[in-house]
Amino acid sequence: MFGYANPKRFMELSGRILPWLGAATALLFAIGLYLSFTAPPDYQQGDTVRIMFIHVPAAWVAMMAYGFMALASLIGLINRHPLADVAAKQAAPLGALFTALALITGSLWGRPMWGTYWVWDGRLTSFLLLLFLYLGYIALWNAIENEVRAAKAAAIFALVGVVNLPIIEFSVQWWTTLHQGESILLKGGPLISAVFLWPLFTMAIAYTLLFFTLLIVRMRTEILERRARTLALGASA
Amino acid sequence: MSAFAALLARDVRLATRAGGSAVLALAFFAAVVTLVPFGIGSETGLLTRVAGGVLWVAAVLANLLALDRLFQADYEDGSLDLLALSPLSFEGIAAAKIMAHWLTTGLPLTILSPILALLLNLPQRGYVALVVSLLIGTPAISAIGGVAAALTLSVRRGGLLLPLLVLPLLTPVVIFGAGAVLAKLDGIDNGAIWFLAAFSVAAVALAPFVAAAALRLNLSE
Repeated sequence: MFGYANPKRFMELSGRILPWLGAATALLFAIGLYLSFTAPPDYQQGDTVRIMFIHVPAAWVAMMAYGFMALASLIGLINRHPLADVAAKQAAPLGALFTALALITGSLWGRPMWGTYWVWDGRLTSFLLLLFLYLGYIALWNAIENEVRAAKAAAIFALVGVVNLPIIEFSVQWWTTLHQGESILLKGGPLISAVFLWPLFTMAIAYTLLFFTLLIVRMRTEILERRARTLALGASA
Repeated sequence: MSAFAALLARDVRLATRAGGSAVLALAFFAAVVTLVPFGIGSETGLLTRVAGGVLWVAAVLANLLALDRLFQADYEDGSLDLLALSPLSFEGIAAAKIMAHWLTTGLPLTILSPILALLLNLPQRGYVALVVSLLIGTPAISAIGGVAAALTLSVRRGGLLLPLLVLPLLTPVVIFGAGAVLAKLDGIDNGAIWFLAAFSVAAVALAPFVAAAALRLNLSE
Protein backbone atom coordinates (compact mmCIF):
# COMPACT_ATOMS: atom_id res chain seq x y z
CA MET A 1 0.00 0.00 0.00
CA PHE A 2 2.79 2.41 0.87
CA GLY A 3 4.42 1.72 -2.50
CA TYR A 4 1.61 3.75 -4.09
CA ALA A 5 2.06 6.46 -1.53
CA ASN A 6 4.88 7.89 -3.58
CA PRO A 7 3.34 11.03 -5.13
CA LYS A 8 4.74 10.24 -8.57
CA ARG A 9 3.35 6.71 -8.62
CA PHE A 10 0.11 8.02 -7.15
CA MET A 11 -0.21 10.51 -10.01
CA GLU A 12 0.36 7.77 -12.61
CA LEU A 13 -2.02 5.30 -11.04
CA SER A 14 -4.75 7.79 -10.16
CA GLY A 15 -4.55 9.25 -13.66
CA ARG A 16 -5.34 5.84 -15.08
CA ILE A 17 -8.11 5.03 -12.57
CA LEU A 18 -9.85 8.39 -12.56
CA PRO A 19 -11.75 8.17 -15.91
CA TRP A 20 -13.14 4.76 -14.99
CA LEU A 21 -14.07 5.87 -11.52
CA GLY A 22 -15.80 8.94 -12.91
CA ALA A 23 -17.70 6.86 -15.44
CA ALA A 24 -18.78 4.34 -12.79
CA THR A 25 -19.97 7.18 -10.56
CA ALA A 26 -22.02 8.73 -13.37
CA LEU A 27 -23.51 5.36 -14.33
CA LEU A 28 -24.49 4.48 -10.75
CA PHE A 29 -26.02 7.92 -10.24
CA ALA A 30 -28.04 7.45 -13.42
CA ILE A 31 -29.32 4.05 -12.27
CA GLY A 32 -29.82 5.22 -8.69
CA LEU A 33 -31.74 8.34 -9.66
CA TYR A 34 -33.87 6.34 -12.12
CA LEU A 35 -34.73 3.84 -9.39
CA SER A 36 -35.36 6.68 -6.93
CA PHE A 37 -37.91 8.32 -9.18
CA THR A 38 -39.62 5.14 -10.35
CA ALA A 39 -40.00 3.74 -6.83
CA PRO A 40 -43.64 3.85 -5.69
CA PRO A 41 -44.54 6.58 -3.19
CA ASP A 42 -44.46 5.47 0.42
CA TYR A 43 -47.85 4.84 2.00
CA GLN A 44 -47.04 7.22 4.84
CA GLN A 45 -44.46 9.65 3.52
CA GLY A 46 -45.75 9.85 -0.04
CA ASP A 47 -43.31 11.30 -2.54
CA THR A 48 -41.14 12.85 0.15
CA VAL A 49 -39.63 9.41 0.65
CA ARG A 50 -37.51 10.20 -2.41
CA ILE A 51 -35.59 12.79 -0.41
CA MET A 52 -34.32 9.86 1.64
CA PHE A 53 -32.46 8.52 -1.37
CA ILE A 54 -30.29 11.59 -1.56
CA HIS A 55 -30.30 12.30 2.18
CA VAL A 56 -29.32 9.00 3.79
CA PRO A 57 -26.33 8.24 1.52
CA ALA A 58 -25.04 11.78 2.06
CA ALA A 59 -25.13 11.21 5.81
CA TRP A 60 -23.36 7.87 5.45
CA VAL A 61 -20.61 9.34 3.30
CA ALA A 62 -20.27 12.32 5.64
CA MET A 63 -19.45 9.95 8.49
CA MET A 64 -17.25 7.73 6.36
CA ALA A 65 -15.31 10.80 5.23
CA TYR A 66 -14.51 11.69 8.83
CA GLY A 67 -13.31 8.15 9.48
CA PHE A 68 -11.22 8.30 6.32
CA MET A 69 -9.80 11.68 7.32
CA ALA A 70 -8.88 10.44 10.80
CA LEU A 71 -7.25 7.32 9.37
CA ALA A 72 -5.25 9.34 6.87
CA SER A 73 -4.27 11.73 9.67
CA LEU A 74 -3.07 8.82 11.79
CA ILE A 75 -0.97 7.44 8.92
CA GLY A 76 0.34 10.93 8.23
CA LEU A 77 1.36 11.39 11.86
CA ILE A 78 2.95 7.98 12.32
CA ASN A 79 4.52 7.35 8.92
CA ARG A 80 5.09 11.03 8.18
CA HIS A 81 3.81 10.51 4.70
CA PRO A 82 2.95 13.68 2.80
CA LEU A 83 0.41 11.90 0.61
CA ALA A 84 -1.60 10.84 3.66
CA ASP A 85 -1.62 14.49 4.78
CA VAL A 86 -2.85 15.54 1.37
CA ALA A 87 -5.58 12.88 1.49
CA ALA A 88 -6.74 14.03 4.94
CA LYS A 89 -6.65 17.69 3.94
CA GLN A 90 -8.67 17.14 0.78
CA ALA A 91 -11.19 14.82 2.42
CA ALA A 92 -12.25 17.52 4.88
CA PRO A 93 -14.04 19.97 2.53
CA LEU A 94 -15.78 17.02 0.87
CA GLY A 95 -16.87 15.69 4.23
CA ALA A 96 -18.14 19.13 5.20
CA LEU A 97 -20.05 19.32 1.93
CA PHE A 98 -21.73 15.94 2.41
CA THR A 99 -22.55 16.87 6.01
CA ALA A 100 -24.13 20.11 4.85
CA LEU A 101 -26.02 18.23 2.14
CA ALA A 102 -27.33 15.74 4.69
CA LEU A 103 -28.42 18.59 6.99
CA ILE A 104 -30.14 20.54 4.22
CA THR A 105 -31.96 17.57 2.66
CA GLY A 106 -32.85 16.40 6.17
CA SER A 107 -34.47 19.68 7.04
CA LEU A 108 -36.28 19.78 3.68
CA TRP A 109 -37.66 16.36 4.52
CA GLY A 110 -38.46 17.46 8.04
CA ARG A 111 -40.70 20.31 6.90
CA PRO A 112 -43.49 18.14 5.42
CA MET A 113 -42.90 15.25 7.83
CA TRP A 114 -42.41 16.98 11.17
CA GLY A 115 -43.91 20.33 10.24
CA THR A 116 -40.66 22.15 10.94
CA TYR A 117 -37.30 22.59 9.27
CA TRP A 118 -35.31 21.91 12.38
CA VAL A 119 -35.76 19.91 15.55
CA TRP A 120 -33.08 19.45 18.17
CA ASP A 121 -33.10 15.78 17.54
CA GLY A 122 -30.12 13.62 18.41
CA ARG A 123 -29.01 12.86 14.87
CA LEU A 124 -29.56 16.35 13.52
CA THR A 125 -27.70 17.91 16.42
CA SER A 126 -24.73 15.59 16.25
CA PHE A 127 -24.51 16.21 12.50
CA LEU A 128 -24.44 19.93 13.11
CA LEU A 129 -21.55 19.37 15.52
CA LEU A 130 -19.85 17.16 12.93
CA LEU A 131 -20.08 20.06 10.50
CA PHE A 132 -18.40 22.32 13.05
CA LEU A 133 -15.63 19.79 13.54
CA TYR A 134 -15.04 19.73 9.79
CA LEU A 135 -15.01 23.53 9.66
CA GLY A 136 -12.60 23.70 12.59
CA TYR A 137 -10.30 21.23 10.87
CA ILE A 138 -10.34 23.21 7.62
CA ALA A 139 -9.83 26.50 9.47
CA LEU A 140 -6.85 25.08 11.37
CA TRP A 141 -5.26 23.89 8.11
CA ASN A 142 -5.72 27.31 6.56
CA ALA A 143 -4.53 29.25 9.59
CA ILE A 144 -1.08 27.68 9.89
CA GLU A 145 1.24 28.80 7.14
CA ASN A 146 3.93 26.15 7.48
CA GLU A 147 2.53 23.15 5.61
CA VAL A 148 4.25 20.46 7.67
CA ARG A 149 3.10 22.03 10.93
CA ALA A 150 -0.40 22.59 9.59
CA ALA A 151 -0.65 18.94 8.57
CA LYS A 152 0.44 17.70 11.99
CA ALA A 153 -1.72 20.12 13.96
CA ALA A 154 -4.76 19.32 11.84
CA ALA A 155 -4.06 15.60 12.19
CA ILE A 156 -3.97 15.88 15.97
CA PHE A 157 -7.24 17.81 15.89
CA ALA A 158 -8.85 15.20 13.64
CA LEU A 159 -7.81 12.44 16.03
CA VAL A 160 -9.06 14.33 19.09
CA GLY A 161 -12.31 14.76 17.19
CA VAL A 162 -12.59 11.08 16.32
CA VAL A 163 -12.11 10.11 19.97
CA ASN A 164 -14.64 12.70 21.02
CA LEU A 165 -17.28 12.01 18.34
CA PRO A 166 -18.80 8.91 19.99
CA ILE A 167 -18.95 10.81 23.29
CA ILE A 168 -20.63 13.79 21.61
CA GLU A 169 -23.03 11.41 19.88
CA PHE A 170 -23.83 9.70 23.19
CA SER A 171 -24.25 12.93 25.12
CA VAL A 172 -26.53 14.40 22.47
CA GLN A 173 -28.67 11.25 22.42
CA TRP A 174 -28.82 11.37 26.21
CA TRP A 175 -29.75 15.04 26.09
CA THR A 176 -32.59 14.58 23.60
CA THR A 177 -34.16 11.83 25.65
CA LEU A 178 -33.96 14.18 28.63
CA HIS A 179 -35.67 17.05 26.86
CA GLN A 180 -38.12 15.56 24.41
CA GLY A 181 -39.56 12.39 23.06
CA GLU A 182 -39.92 13.34 19.44
CA SER A 183 -37.02 11.24 18.23
CA ILE A 184 -39.31 8.22 18.10
CA LEU A 185 -40.43 9.62 14.78
CA LEU A 186 -36.95 8.92 13.48
CA LYS A 187 -36.27 5.59 15.02
CA GLY A 188 -39.30 3.37 14.50
CA GLY A 189 -41.28 3.47 11.32
CA PRO A 190 -42.06 0.53 9.08
CA LEU A 191 -39.29 -1.74 7.92
CA ILE A 192 -37.87 -0.63 4.63
CA SER A 193 -39.16 -2.75 1.80
CA ALA A 194 -37.07 -3.87 -1.15
CA VAL A 195 -38.48 -1.26 -3.54
CA PHE A 196 -36.84 1.40 -1.39
CA LEU A 197 -33.78 -0.61 -0.47
CA TRP A 198 -32.48 -0.94 -4.03
CA PRO A 199 -32.43 2.75 -4.92
CA LEU A 200 -30.98 3.49 -1.46
CA PHE A 201 -28.09 1.09 -1.87
CA THR A 202 -27.38 2.11 -5.45
CA MET A 203 -27.29 5.72 -4.35
CA ALA A 204 -25.07 4.84 -1.38
CA ILE A 205 -22.49 3.24 -3.67
CA ALA A 206 -22.81 6.14 -6.12
CA TYR A 207 -22.18 8.65 -3.32
CA THR A 208 -19.19 6.69 -2.05
CA LEU A 209 -17.68 6.56 -5.54
CA LEU A 210 -18.41 10.26 -5.98
CA PHE A 211 -16.51 10.97 -2.77
CA PHE A 212 -13.46 9.03 -3.92
CA THR A 213 -13.59 10.49 -7.45
CA LEU A 214 -13.67 14.03 -6.09
CA LEU A 215 -11.04 13.15 -3.50
CA ILE A 216 -8.63 11.92 -6.17
CA VAL A 217 -9.27 14.99 -8.31
CA ARG A 218 -8.61 17.25 -5.34
CA MET A 219 -5.49 15.33 -4.30
CA ARG A 220 -4.11 15.53 -7.84
CA THR A 221 -4.78 19.25 -7.95
CA GLU A 222 -3.02 19.75 -4.63
CA ILE A 223 0.03 17.76 -5.73
CA LEU A 224 0.21 19.66 -9.03
CA GLU A 225 -0.13 22.95 -7.17
CA ARG A 226 2.72 22.03 -4.87
CA ARG A 227 4.86 21.10 -7.86
CA ALA A 228 4.02 24.36 -9.58
CA ARG A 229 4.97 26.29 -6.46
CA THR A 230 8.29 24.46 -6.20
CA LEU A 231 8.99 25.16 -9.86
CA ALA A 232 8.14 28.83 -9.42
CA LEU A 233 10.44 29.03 -6.42
CA GLY A 234 13.21 27.37 -8.41
CA ALA A 235 12.71 29.76 -11.32
CA SER A 236 12.81 32.86 -9.14
CA ALA A 237 15.88 31.74 -7.21
CA MET B 1 10.70 23.98 44.53
CA SER B 2 10.25 21.55 41.66
CA ALA B 3 10.13 22.82 38.09
CA PHE B 4 6.46 21.90 37.88
CA ALA B 5 5.53 23.84 41.01
CA ALA B 6 7.66 26.78 39.89
CA LEU B 7 5.92 26.98 36.52
CA LEU B 8 2.52 26.58 38.15
CA ALA B 9 3.25 29.36 40.64
CA ARG B 10 4.59 31.63 37.92
CA ASP B 11 1.53 31.18 35.71
CA VAL B 12 -0.88 31.70 38.57
CA ARG B 13 0.98 34.86 39.53
CA LEU B 14 0.94 36.15 35.95
CA ALA B 15 -2.79 35.54 35.65
CA THR B 16 -3.72 37.14 38.95
CA ARG B 17 -1.55 40.26 38.88
CA ALA B 18 -2.42 43.50 37.10
CA GLY B 19 -3.35 42.95 33.48
CA GLY B 20 -3.82 39.24 34.09
CA SER B 21 -6.69 37.24 32.68
CA ALA B 22 -8.23 35.91 35.89
CA VAL B 23 -10.23 38.99 36.91
CA LEU B 24 -11.19 39.76 33.32
CA ALA B 25 -12.57 36.26 32.83
CA LEU B 26 -14.65 36.64 35.98
CA ALA B 27 -15.97 40.01 34.85
CA PHE B 28 -16.81 38.56 31.44
CA PHE B 29 -18.63 35.65 33.11
CA ALA B 30 -20.71 38.08 35.18
CA ALA B 31 -21.39 40.31 32.18
CA VAL B 32 -22.65 37.45 29.99
CA VAL B 33 -24.93 36.18 32.73
CA THR B 34 -26.26 39.70 33.33
CA LEU B 35 -27.00 40.12 29.65
CA VAL B 36 -29.18 37.01 29.40
CA PRO B 37 -32.29 38.34 31.19
CA PHE B 38 -32.22 41.38 28.87
CA GLY B 39 -32.31 39.00 25.93
CA ILE B 40 -34.90 36.48 27.07
CA GLY B 41 -36.96 38.50 29.54
CA SER B 42 -36.99 38.69 33.29
CA GLU B 43 -39.81 36.25 34.00
CA THR B 44 -38.58 34.37 37.07
CA GLY B 45 -40.00 30.98 36.09
CA LEU B 46 -38.17 31.10 32.80
CA LEU B 47 -34.92 32.19 34.42
CA THR B 48 -35.18 29.36 36.94
CA ARG B 49 -35.31 26.83 34.12
CA VAL B 50 -32.41 28.26 32.15
CA ALA B 51 -30.18 29.33 35.07
CA GLY B 52 -28.01 26.20 35.06
CA GLY B 53 -27.61 26.21 31.29
CA VAL B 54 -26.84 29.92 31.10
CA LEU B 55 -24.21 29.69 33.83
CA TRP B 56 -22.63 26.71 32.12
CA VAL B 57 -22.51 28.34 28.70
CA ALA B 58 -21.16 31.55 30.24
CA ALA B 59 -18.51 29.55 32.12
CA VAL B 60 -17.34 27.91 28.89
CA LEU B 61 -17.18 31.26 27.10
CA ALA B 62 -15.32 32.93 29.96
CA ASN B 63 -12.80 30.09 29.95
CA LEU B 64 -12.14 30.64 26.26
CA LEU B 65 -11.16 34.21 26.96
CA ALA B 66 -7.93 33.34 28.75
CA LEU B 67 -7.14 30.30 26.62
CA ASP B 68 -5.60 31.84 23.54
CA ARG B 69 -2.76 33.33 25.57
CA LEU B 70 -2.15 30.09 27.49
CA PHE B 71 0.91 29.11 25.49
CA GLN B 72 1.06 31.89 22.95
CA ALA B 73 2.43 34.61 25.21
CA ASP B 74 5.32 32.37 26.22
CA TYR B 75 5.81 31.29 22.62
CA GLU B 76 6.08 34.84 21.36
CA ASP B 77 8.55 36.13 23.94
CA GLY B 78 10.67 32.98 23.82
CA SER B 79 9.95 31.69 27.33
CA LEU B 80 8.50 28.53 25.86
CA ASP B 81 11.86 27.71 24.26
CA LEU B 82 13.51 28.10 27.65
CA LEU B 83 10.83 25.96 29.25
CA ALA B 84 11.49 23.32 26.60
CA LEU B 85 15.15 23.28 27.67
CA SER B 86 14.20 22.94 31.34
CA PRO B 87 14.10 19.52 33.05
CA LEU B 88 10.32 19.65 32.74
CA SER B 89 8.88 17.51 29.92
CA PHE B 90 6.41 18.96 27.43
CA GLU B 91 3.72 16.92 29.15
CA GLY B 92 4.69 18.54 32.44
CA ILE B 93 4.62 22.03 30.91
CA ALA B 94 1.18 21.40 29.43
CA ALA B 95 -0.16 19.94 32.69
CA ALA B 96 1.18 22.86 34.75
CA LYS B 97 -0.31 25.43 32.39
CA ILE B 98 -3.67 23.69 32.20
CA MET B 99 -3.74 23.47 35.99
CA ALA B 100 -2.79 27.14 36.35
CA HIS B 101 -5.56 28.05 33.90
CA TRP B 102 -8.09 26.14 35.94
CA LEU B 103 -6.90 27.66 39.22
CA THR B 104 -7.24 31.16 37.82
CA THR B 105 -10.47 30.78 35.81
CA GLY B 106 -12.39 27.57 36.46
CA LEU B 107 -12.09 27.70 40.23
CA PRO B 108 -12.96 31.42 40.67
CA LEU B 109 -15.91 31.00 38.28
CA THR B 110 -17.18 28.11 40.37
CA ILE B 111 -16.91 30.19 43.52
CA LEU B 112 -18.67 33.16 41.90
CA SER B 113 -21.43 31.07 40.31
CA PRO B 114 -23.82 30.88 43.32
CA ILE B 115 -24.06 34.68 43.43
CA LEU B 116 -24.95 34.83 39.75
CA ALA B 117 -27.32 31.90 40.22
CA LEU B 118 -29.09 34.05 42.78
CA LEU B 119 -29.64 36.70 40.09
CA LEU B 120 -31.07 34.06 37.79
CA ASN B 121 -33.44 32.86 40.47
CA LEU B 122 -32.06 29.33 40.75
CA PRO B 123 -33.98 27.52 43.51
CA GLN B 124 -32.01 26.61 46.59
CA ARG B 125 -31.94 22.89 45.90
CA GLY B 126 -30.00 23.53 42.68
CA TYR B 127 -27.02 25.28 44.25
CA VAL B 128 -25.05 22.25 45.33
CA ALA B 129 -25.54 20.59 41.95
CA LEU B 130 -24.41 23.78 40.18
CA VAL B 131 -21.25 24.23 42.23
CA VAL B 132 -20.35 20.55 42.19
CA SER B 133 -20.92 20.23 38.45
CA LEU B 134 -18.81 23.32 37.76
CA LEU B 135 -16.10 22.06 40.08
CA ILE B 136 -16.01 18.74 38.27
CA GLY B 137 -16.55 20.05 34.75
CA THR B 138 -14.37 23.15 34.50
CA PRO B 139 -11.08 21.16 34.59
CA ALA B 140 -12.26 19.45 31.39
CA ILE B 141 -12.76 22.87 29.78
CA SER B 142 -9.22 23.88 30.73
CA ALA B 143 -7.85 20.53 29.49
CA ILE B 144 -9.55 20.48 26.08
CA GLY B 145 -9.00 24.19 25.74
CA GLY B 146 -5.33 23.63 26.52
CA VAL B 147 -5.05 21.17 23.64
CA ALA B 148 -6.63 23.64 21.23
CA ALA B 149 -4.43 26.46 22.56
CA ALA B 150 -1.33 24.35 21.92
CA LEU B 151 -2.56 23.52 18.41
CA THR B 152 -3.11 27.17 17.53
CA LEU B 153 0.15 28.28 19.13
CA SER B 154 1.73 29.64 15.98
CA VAL B 155 -1.46 31.10 14.55
CA ARG B 156 -1.35 34.87 14.76
CA ARG B 157 -5.09 35.28 15.38
CA GLY B 158 -5.43 32.01 17.23
CA GLY B 159 -8.00 33.47 19.58
CA LEU B 160 -10.52 33.62 16.78
CA LEU B 161 -9.91 30.06 15.69
CA LEU B 162 -9.96 28.62 19.19
CA PRO B 163 -13.73 28.75 19.83
CA LEU B 164 -14.46 26.92 16.59
CA LEU B 165 -12.10 24.12 17.60
CA VAL B 166 -13.13 23.91 21.23
CA LEU B 167 -16.89 24.41 21.31
CA PRO B 168 -17.98 21.24 19.47
CA LEU B 169 -15.62 19.20 21.63
CA LEU B 170 -17.05 20.73 24.80
CA THR B 171 -20.69 19.94 24.00
CA PRO B 172 -20.73 16.91 26.33
CA VAL B 173 -19.51 19.05 29.24
CA VAL B 174 -22.28 21.59 28.74
CA ILE B 175 -24.92 18.90 28.24
CA PHE B 176 -24.01 16.95 31.36
CA GLY B 177 -23.16 19.99 33.47
CA ALA B 178 -26.40 21.82 32.77
CA GLY B 179 -28.24 18.48 32.80
CA ALA B 180 -27.04 17.79 36.32
CA VAL B 181 -28.47 21.10 37.55
CA LEU B 182 -31.78 20.56 35.76
CA ALA B 183 -32.06 17.01 37.06
CA LYS B 184 -31.67 18.30 40.59
CA LEU B 185 -34.45 20.84 40.03
CA ASP B 186 -36.74 18.15 38.65
CA GLY B 187 -35.83 15.83 41.49
CA ILE B 188 -34.65 13.05 39.20
CA ASP B 189 -31.39 11.17 39.21
CA ASN B 190 -30.20 10.70 35.65
CA GLY B 191 -26.52 10.18 36.34
CA ALA B 192 -25.47 13.37 34.53
CA ILE B 193 -22.94 14.21 37.21
CA TRP B 194 -21.24 10.82 36.81
CA PHE B 195 -21.04 11.17 33.04
CA LEU B 196 -19.58 14.63 33.58
CA ALA B 197 -17.04 13.26 36.03
CA ALA B 198 -16.04 10.45 33.64
CA PHE B 199 -15.61 12.88 30.75
CA SER B 200 -13.63 15.27 32.91
CA VAL B 201 -11.29 12.58 34.25
CA ALA B 202 -10.60 11.28 30.76
CA ALA B 203 -10.06 14.78 29.36
CA VAL B 204 -7.73 15.85 32.16
CA ALA B 205 -5.76 12.61 31.99
CA LEU B 206 -5.25 12.65 28.21
CA ALA B 207 -5.00 16.37 27.45
CA PRO B 208 -1.40 16.96 28.65
CA PHE B 209 -0.13 14.28 26.27
CA VAL B 210 -2.04 15.62 23.27
CA ALA B 211 -1.12 19.20 24.13
CA ALA B 212 2.53 18.14 24.48
CA ALA B 213 2.46 16.60 21.00
CA ALA B 214 1.03 19.86 19.67
CA LEU B 215 3.70 21.91 21.48
CA ARG B 216 6.44 19.69 20.11
CA LEU B 217 5.32 20.06 16.52
CA ASN B 218 5.07 23.82 16.88
CA LEU B 219 8.52 24.19 18.38
CA SER B 220 10.27 21.75 16.06
CA GLU B 221 11.69 23.06 12.86
